[in-house]
Amino acid sequence: MSESLVKLTINGQLIEAPIGLNLIEAAKLIGVEIPHFCYHPDLCIAGNCRMCVVEVATLRTGPTGTPILEWNPKLTIACNTTVVEGMEVLTHTPRIIEARRGVMEFLLINHPLDCPICDQAGECRLQELAMDYGRAESRFVEEKERKPKRTLLGPKIMLDDERCILCSRCIRFMRDVAGQDCLGFMGRGSRSTLTCYPGREPSTNYDLNIVDLCPVGALTSVDFRFKQRVWFLKQTRSLCPHCSTGCNIVIGSRENTVCRLTPRDNEAVNQRWMCDEGRLNYRFINDPTRLVEPLSRMNENVQSLSWDEATRQIAERLTALRDGGEGRIAFIGSAGATTEELFLFRQLAGVLGVTLMDVVPHTGSADARLLQSDRNPNTAGALVTGVAAIPPGSRLLEIAQGIQDGRIRALVVLNEDIIPAGIGADLLGKLELLISVSRLPSAVTEAAHYLLPGATFAEKSGTFINRAGRIQRMNPAVASPGNARPEWRILAGLLAELGQPQEESLESIYRAMAQVLAPVWGVTWDAIGSQGVQLHVD
Amino acid sequence: MIVERPKLTIWDRLYMPQILKGMWITLKHIPMKRFTRQYPEETPPLPKRYRGVPTLVRDPEQRVKCVACQLCEFVCPPRAITVIPGFRAETGPDAKVEKEPSDFIIDMARCIYCGLCEEACPEEAIFLKKDYAMASYTREQMKLHKEKLLELGGIHEDRICKWKKK
Repeated sequence: MSESLVKLTINGQLIEAPIGLNLIEAAKLIGVEIPHFCYHPDLCIAGNCRMCVVEVATLRTGPTGTPILEWNPKLTIACNTTVVEGMEVLTHTPRIIEARRGVMEFLLINHPLDCPICDQAGECRLQELAMDYGRAESRFVEEKERKPKRTLLGPKIMLDDERCILCSRCIRFMRDVAGQDCLGFMGRGSRSTLTCYPGREPSTNYDLNIVDLCPVGALTSVDFRFKQRVWFLKQTRSLCPHCSTGCNIVIGSRENTVCRLTPRDNEAVNQRWMCDEGRLNYRFINDPTRLVEPLSRMNENVQSLSWDEATRQIAERLTALRDGGEGRIAFIGSAGATTEELFLFRQLAGVLGVTLMDVVPHTGSADARLLQSDRNPNTAGALVTGVAAIPPGSRLLEIAQGIQDGRIRALVVLNEDIIPAGIGADLLGKLELLISVSRLPSAVTEAAHYLLPGATFAEKSGTFINRAGRIQRMNPAVASPGNARPEWRILAGLLAELGQPQEESLESIYRAMAQVLAPVWGVTWDAIGSQGVQLHVD
Repeated sequence: MIVERPKLTIWDRLYMPQILKGMWITLKHIPMKRFTRQYPEETPPLPKRYRGVPTLVRDPEQRVKCVACQLCEFVCPPRAITVIPGFRAETGPDAKVEKEPSDFIIDMARCIYCGLCEEACPEEAIFLKKDYAMASYTREQMKLHKEKLLELGGIHEDRICKWKKK
């Protein structure tokens, strides 16, 4: 690595940067921000916004053979200039600022005064840079150019051509990353507009990333349109639970309502992208039919219980079944639960002498980028904790058979609808005791003798281990509705009732787990941080 | 704490001198200028920049000027304002504006009449009027909704007519 470093000076500060790095990234190393619109670290260089201009001097061999520093007579764009040994760069001279002010003035000539109705307002690069390089008053007295304001690009994206600054990030993303060359510019000069090629429109699973990429409000999400102003959103770092990739996300929520999910940088997992399926998979959190109260159902007599009462009754009945004979209880866990929950679930199984347990596999179509066919976010965690059979789901048939034979009398189901997995309503009817931890009503919750309302990924902290064996952390963004509570608290309560008191916080449960589970030995809660830690698992 | 009663002298116990003294004060005030105002029949004159109830206004073409940008909600110190953003009808004269509040709630029990909402509004859609008698019998009635606010606000002159040029 060291041999590929070059020395250069940025604003008088000597730095070392790897060969091939462009000046925007090199300046970032010393905390200098070079403003830009079209440049994006994960896309090819277009160099068309001219906002990132800097003054550059390079070493030349002088007439006497000694190197002399020669300043480039013209301003150079930083995004397309790579670092060179001995280079000198100035990023904020009066000449540069004047040039950037000129660029901003041209960009704002035809830009509509839309900020009050624009969803991008508050996270708009144009708005931010207008504060730094804009004029207070416009010198433009002519009529502004009119362009179409409400065009649908596919079903998910709304295009406002008046707001577009023609940076072409969306075109490059769709062509190079999403693999669907469908967008382009049409027309010349100030009449240039972004359009789809005839008969084509963005229809991949990654379209909504161009909404994030768009530095202005030209591309907005139909789903998030006019829903909430971004400055009200509380940003919570979390993980996408849609598949086993475990994309890093930010949950945007306001007053206990999740409004949107957006991707978060993690070079090792999802770079800066996430798929649309995962992004739009948040509505169940705000579902008005969410379960809110622990319930018991005895002979069609439904009664709501306090948590203490529910925990006590369940522990009592499970103990009675355990003492009545071997193999009477089976557990069905969920590979959508956090590792800590699965760890406690496994412990509960140990206390009750349960040997028959498994998780329900969920599969779907995969694509070549982020979306995996394994739609459980924590299959690896279920395998590590020993809740899942090998391969996951292979013991479900055994459980179904056991219930059919009358051997299994009690079933504990963690957040799964097991009816499609082969344990039908007729089998559930045979059970003496069915305990279901669930968030939304389903056929299983309808049949359950005890129903415990759980929490979604946005309501709890915990860890997922993704497909590649990376352990990552999520954080609670909103409160659970009513009396619903995170599954780890439910399980810890049951364990305490059965004489195995647990730690009070999730962090200390993780610490206890890290002492027992081999793959997470030595990995501290703080080390996982916001970017996760790669584990050594098979 | 025990408060000891003052010992009354004979002069105090006579009673009549005090009554007459009081009557004299009253009589003295009869020819003087009167300050009492017969509110609510008689309302006080208000200063020019008096800040009363915040209201929503329409422009001279009956268009609801508010576009639900929620800046007033953001700036409101006691969090009295709640804006529920919504869409404008896609056909119709004001379709270009795209956005409007589907509801706009100001909780007058919370409002401190500071006028920051009026100052923050980029559309000149919210104004503090001179009405001040906003009492109600319930807290729910203290919440003014969009219809009521528009009714209170009425029509406001708009020299720029920004959306007309769109």
